[in-house]
Amino acid sequence: MIIGIPMESEARETRVAGTPKSVAQLIKLGYEVVVEAGAGTKAAFLDEEYTEAGARIASSGEVWASDIIAKINEPTEREIGAMKAGAYLIALIGAPRNPELLERLAAAQLKVLAMDSVPRISRAQSLDVISSMANIGGYRAVIEAANVFGSFFTGQVTAAGKVPPAKVFVSGAGVAGLAAIGTANSLGAIVRATDIRAEVAEEVESMGAEFVVVEAESQQSTDGYAKEATANYAAAAARMYAEQAREVDIIVTTALIPGRPAPRLLTSEMVASMKPGSVIVDMAAGAGGNVEGSRPDEIVTTANGVKIIGYTDLPGRLPTQASQLFSQNIVNLMKLLTPQKDGELILNLEDVVQRGMLVAQDGAIMWPPPEVAVSAAPKQPEITPPAPAPTPDKKPMDRRITYAVLATCALALLALFTISPSGLIGHFMVLMLSVVIGFYVIGNVSHALHTPLMSVTNAISGIILVGCLLGLVLINQDAPVLAGANLAMLILSILGILLASINVFGGFTVTQRMLKMFRKG
Amino acid sequence: MLTHNLIAAAAIPILPLAETTGLELPLSLVHGSYIIAGFLFILALAGLSKHESSRRGNILGMLGMAIALVFIILGTVLGISDSTQNAAGEVSLHLVEPAAASWAIIVIVVAMGIGAIIGVMRAMRVEMTGMPELIALFHSFVGIAAVFVGWVAYLSAADSGHFDPLHSGELFVGIFIGGVTFTGSIVAFLKLSARIKSAPMMLPAHNALNLGVLLVFIVLTVLFILMPEGTPGLIMISAATILSLLLGIHLVGAIGGGDMPVVVSMLNSYSGWAAAAVGFTLNNDLLIITGALVGSSGAYLSYIMCKAMNRNFISVIAGGFGSDGDIVGEAKDYGEHREVQAAEAAELLKNASSVIITPGYGMAVAQAQSAVAGLTSKLRARGINVRFAIHPVAGRLPGHMNVLLAEAKVPYDIVLEMDEINDDMPHTDVVLVIGANDTVNPDALDDPHSPIAGMPVVEVWKAGEVIIFKRSMATGYAGVQNPLFFKENSAMLFGDCKDRVEDIIKAL
Repeated sequence: MIIGIPMESEARETRVAGTPKSVAQLIKLGYEVVVEAGAGTKAAFLDEEYTEAGARIASSGEVWASDIIAKINEPTEREIGAMKAGAYLIALIGAPRNPELLERLAAAQLKVLAMDSVPRISRAQSLDVISSMANIGGYRAVIEAANVFGSFFTGQVTAAGKVPPAKVFVSGAGVAGLAAIGTANSLGAIVRATDIRAEVAEEVESMGAEFVVVEAESQQSTDGYAKEATANYAAAAARMYAEQAREVDIIVTTALIPGRPAPRLLTSEMVASMKPGSVIVDMAAGAGGNVEGSRPDEIVTTANGVKIIGYTDLPGRLPTQASQLFSQNIVNLMKLLTPQKDGELILNLEDVVQRGMLVAQDGAIMWPPPEVAVSAAPKQPEITPPAPAPTPDKKPMDRRITYAVLATCALALLALFTISPSGLIGHFMVLMLSVVIGFYVIGNVSHALHTPLMSVTNAISGIILVGCLLGLVLINQDAPVLAGANLAMLILSILGILLASINVFGGFTVTQRMLKMFRKG
Repeated sequence: MLTHNLIAAAAIPILPLAETTGLELPLSLVHGSYIIAGFLFILALAGLSKHESSRRGNILGMLGMAIALVFIILGTVLGISDSTQNAAGEVSLHLVEPAAASWAIIVIVVAMGIGAIIGVMRAMRVEMTGMPELIALFHSFVGIAAVFVGWVAYLSAADSGHFDPLHSGELFVGIFIGGVTFTGSIVAFLKLSARIKSAPMMLPAHNALNLGVLLVFIVLTVLFILMPEGTPGLIMISAATILSLLLGIHLVGAIGGGDMPVVVSMLNSYSGWAAAAVGFTLNNDLLIITGALVGSSGAYLSYIMCKAMNRNFISVIAGGFGSDGDIVGEAKDYGEHREVQAAEAAELLKNASSVIITPGYGMAVAQAQSAVAGLTSKLRARGINVRFAIHPVAGRLPGHMNVLLAEAKVPYDIVLEMDEINDDMPHTDVVLVIGANDTVNPDALDDPHSPIAGMPVVEVWKAGEVIIFKRSMATGYAGVQNPLFFKENSAMLFGDCKDRVEDIIKAL
């Protein structure tokens, strides 16, 4: 099949959906690739490079007639018209906010895979353009802020005096937020960050920022995206933002909720409370803005000298990098869609990734796909709306059985204890405590030491020697020792002592031998 | 009330004070030594949590054992006295009359001496690849010793006619667990040392069989508690012993070779519970503490192993879990695999800056660990960052690979767990898969219908190049084809992995 990579028609778009490197990989998968003349110029990829990689340079009309079109932005009316019926279109579609476009695409009999509808599961990460673009956007947001900020980011002690480091506050610790944290941190700033999902604190800290907690009950996400917050939380968050706004020099906001307007994080009072010369980058400016007063694609300077950057094309401001990542995402998608590596695209709707991305097919709108819940966070069925799960969930049933078994065991034990003499209860207490201690102690044992652990437990379970010794004690002194029951007991005890000694001595020796082998490099 | 006497199952002669020798150890002293020993055992296990403290941990374990043994042997030989005040005045109790002491000490020293010599010799001679067998054998000793102690307690009680219902039950349980541990470990030992076939032995309705044996055992226990004396008692206890031995054979016989890490840690657990049950029979807290520690340790290890193989813990404990019908994956066309020669592999390694080696049981079989260690030091000398990725169930014993590599003098700080290293795979130039198969199978993540679906695996295919050392294209233990071999960035290096690794070293 032929993959066509057209020139992006949107005037400000600098990216391209294929690079010479990605084209070579697509050809390796068995496809033929045609690239529109000049498609990669803005991203610094020349037509000759594409030719060298094995692609054919062609006119716009020829490219649009391909079996598969890979591009960045939503197609225009003219572009949809140029495609042949039954062709595949791979692009950003914005399915939740573009119902008319979906209808149009379906009507044109196109098979459309939306690069921005990749389900957020680990397996699909390699094709997730939202993540790869957000990563670039987060980086660029800090660079843009540094560009208009009047001071250093890093603190310095110079001959002319001491310079304090800039304080950067990043709101939202998604991919963009984390990239912004990393960039600001490597420029030397003091970085703080917050996120509505308290479980990401660790990631924030691992990037070198301080996690600012909102003092209210937090929420966990089930689909990998943040959700809208409760009123209670919002009030607490507003207090925290007001406080941070007074303190920091740079604020980067990255809060986006799929399919809804961006949440308002900073009010104009908060902006007014910032120091003159401070910079805000509102990465959600295109979706309504996290910051009151931000305007898409503009730098707004407020009355008190705060600059609000509302660029919506941050990834496109790194055209080469953005094109590389975007096209690599497309290559990864094509790998998934070309299991035979024979240049034939095969769509498998059983696969949640492919099903999730497919928004139109054979005249029908396929969006939204059936819901799949995925997140690193522990599941909380209370807050997920009851969705038709793809596989029947056996969990609650299992749990009931577990509880029933536990309850039965507890009752049986209680019954046993009631008829037991008091001495036995003491032993049960010892047993229970030792079991608990055992689990905790063993839980800490490093995986590499599991074999020595087993041999040491072997050695100490040789303590059964004590039992065999007591066997000697039980011999009836009033009867002849070498006859009858006494003889049997004697033999069993001696054998037991012998075998248990093998365990004790052998176990400790072999453990010591093994442990001596472990050495640090 | 003498509730804390040492052997309640037996008749305790309560003697007037005048008949004591005055040399007896006080019972509280013996119990004190138990407390110290139990504490030291806990510290020993805690010490093993880190490499740095592991040797100290082992020594603390030895110390605890020495303390416990010294006091209990002295007590056995000299007698133990327990003085309690009652309304009638003081009573004293001793357990061994001095007359027995003269030969008792000789018997103990000789038996322990022989055991110590055998144990130390085996421990010094064993090859690290043979550790799983040795450990299985050691488990069997604990099991059979528990059976012996149970029988001694029974014979003694039968001799004196003193049966206490509760202790009869404990004694029965102790013998049963001990018996299962014994034959189970022996079968595991035979399978691991390839003396018998490691393929699962399948009897029809094996689950029903296991459950039936358990039910019969419970009925026998109840009957025994009700009427332990005379011939019926002897028959019942013999029957229970034989049943437990057969159950052990059946339980482990049904499990195949690749599931041995779980089996060995499960038997470890059983041997602990056997010791604990003996502790109940003898009213001995030290045995209970130790048994519980070992029992929970084994259970925890089995749990980790099960998680690593994505198997159900309960079905493992029930036995026969490695054989649920069709484990053969569907015949799919995965495309062509690519082959490389040792020289090309050497070239790849030379130009790499980061290399990860993923060993599996195949490395142990081919005894290739020293060659691998040699390759590692060669590559490290060139400034290449070499690390090892160990899957939790690689080998036939938890932590088996780590011990093999340690023996071959690979520093432990470059030997990492799967979870620690999986994230680094995309930044790695070359991965060498040596004798591993199922633990690197991408189908576990990609194919929800695969028999190993959901099992965490070492994600080697994310690295730049993967070289797989393998004898042939045969499937691994789980019997599923591995699409890794057909990935674009993987290449097969066929032959004995020890020879091939040595070829690479030569080519470097």
